[in-house]
Amino acid sequence: MPYPADYKYTKEHEWIKIDGNNATVGITDHAQESLGDIVFVELPKPGAEITAGKTFGSVESVKAVSDLYAPASGTVTEVNGDLATAPEKINKDAHASWMLKLKLKDPNELNGLLSAADYEKFVAEEGG
Amino acid sequence: MVDFNGWDMPVEYPSAGGIIAEHNAVRNGVGIFDVSHMGDIRLQGPEALAAVQHISMNDASRLAIGQAQYSALLYPQGTFVDDVIVHRLGEDDYLLVINAGTREKDVNWVRDNTRQFACKVEDLSDDFTQIAIQGPQGVNLLQKLTDANLSAVKFYWVTRGTVCGLKNILIARTGYTAEDGFEIYVPSDEATSARVWNQVLEAGKEFGVIPCGLGARNTLRLEGALSLYGHEISDTINVWEAGLDRFCKMDKPDFVGRAALEKAKTAGLQRTLIGLEMIERGIARDGYKVFDHDGREIGYVTSGSYAPFLKKNIALAYVPPEFATLGSTMKVECRSQGVKAQVVPIPFYKRPKKQA
Repeated sequence: MPYPADYKYTKEHEWIKIDGNNATVGITDHAQESLGDIVFVELPKPGAEITAGKTFGSVESVKAVSDLYAPASGTVTEVNGDLATAPEKINKDAHASWMLKLKLKDPNELNGLLSAADYEKFVAEEGG
Repeated sequence: MVDFNGWDMPVEYPSAGGIIAEHNAVRNGVGIFDVSHMGDIRLQGPEALAAVQHISMNDASRLAIGQAQYSALLYPQGTFVDDVIVHRLGEDDYLLVINAGTREKDVNWVRDNTRQFACKVEDLSDDFTQIAIQGPQGVNLLQKLTDANLSAVKFYWVTRGTVCGLKNILIARTGYTAEDGFEIYVPSDEATSARVWNQVLEAGKEFGVIPCGLGARNTLRLEGALSLYGHEISDTINVWEAGLDRFCKMDKPDFVGRAALEKAKTAGLQRTLIGLEMIERGIARDGYKVFDHDGREIGYVTSGSYAPFLKKNIALAYVPPEFATLGSTMKVECRSQGVKAQVVPIPFYKRPKKQA
């Protein structure tokens, strides 16, 4: 699955789509593929503050538990409730299955994130 | 691939659909597993039965030729060296199928504890590629590849027959999936193993067979509440705690561990294995702590997962007996959050009775 060019990526395999001071966050196709069948997602509630580089929740497949790391700091404005009952949607289309919407604290914070091409390269070098 | 006790094994076969698809293939149709990591110890000789009786807790004298039983090797303390399947292959000929992780320990332990008997002990672990063909369609799949009449082989019985052109292959109606199925023992050379594996896959196409990895093997056995060494059973857990009473025959002649079990029975249980179903959101995992409603730590989870067929989050855990009442609730600490769970009967899953 191609990595959308208008998203930014973390080395912890989250994506973030920025729209002015707002952003949408999810995990990458590579992340869902490594995890396998996703059966549980734990996300913060709207209003929660999350901090760049810190965990904001977790995602569990049948075989593994994985922390979710915030690509940016901000306030959660919306959570994708569908994922509580149908977490397998992430396996089907990780880049469309958003987890959170954020009001960004500081859009400049995003400069360190990877482009689609850099992320793809990073994943390849990491050994798949 | 992961390292599993020195074996390079797949957790899942993503191209086959992954753990959930593999798991449900076994529940609804058929799946196959390469379980060559399992070890095999053969005991042969005039006193083979006496030797087996001395080292295992089930009553091997009840086995007819061609019959198998679940059993365990115990330490003098009544705790587990390993759990095993004992097959009676001939008059004085027994095969113990053991776990990969405990192989060296088991072989040494069997040798050390059977010296007084006229009985030869051989480690045949490297001689066999063991393929498990599991699920309600397993019988139909394997029947295509063998001349043995599989409908005459009952659950926990073994036979021999030609399989994929290989003569005299051991065919056991056993498994670790809480489903009907077979395990075949073919020569371990790579060419033969690969040929048989591929032929099984090919023959199973009409039944929707898929290869299954360690992940599905674990979730399948967990739904069936089948013990796993290092989790539900270990060298610090005794037979009564593990709830394996029905496989331990105290009325047979003396065996290693019996005296300690007698004492433990009188002393009463300190902890017992229970089944939990999560009733709040969260998945209990191996090692998670269990708390009562006052926040006191009362036990721990031995195995926990999302159960793909039951579509529930389930776990096995050790707690003191006073917490084991069906329907009572407790909390499992899942990643620093207490998640409510309820005691439910085990096994979580029982295969449907065969239709006449």
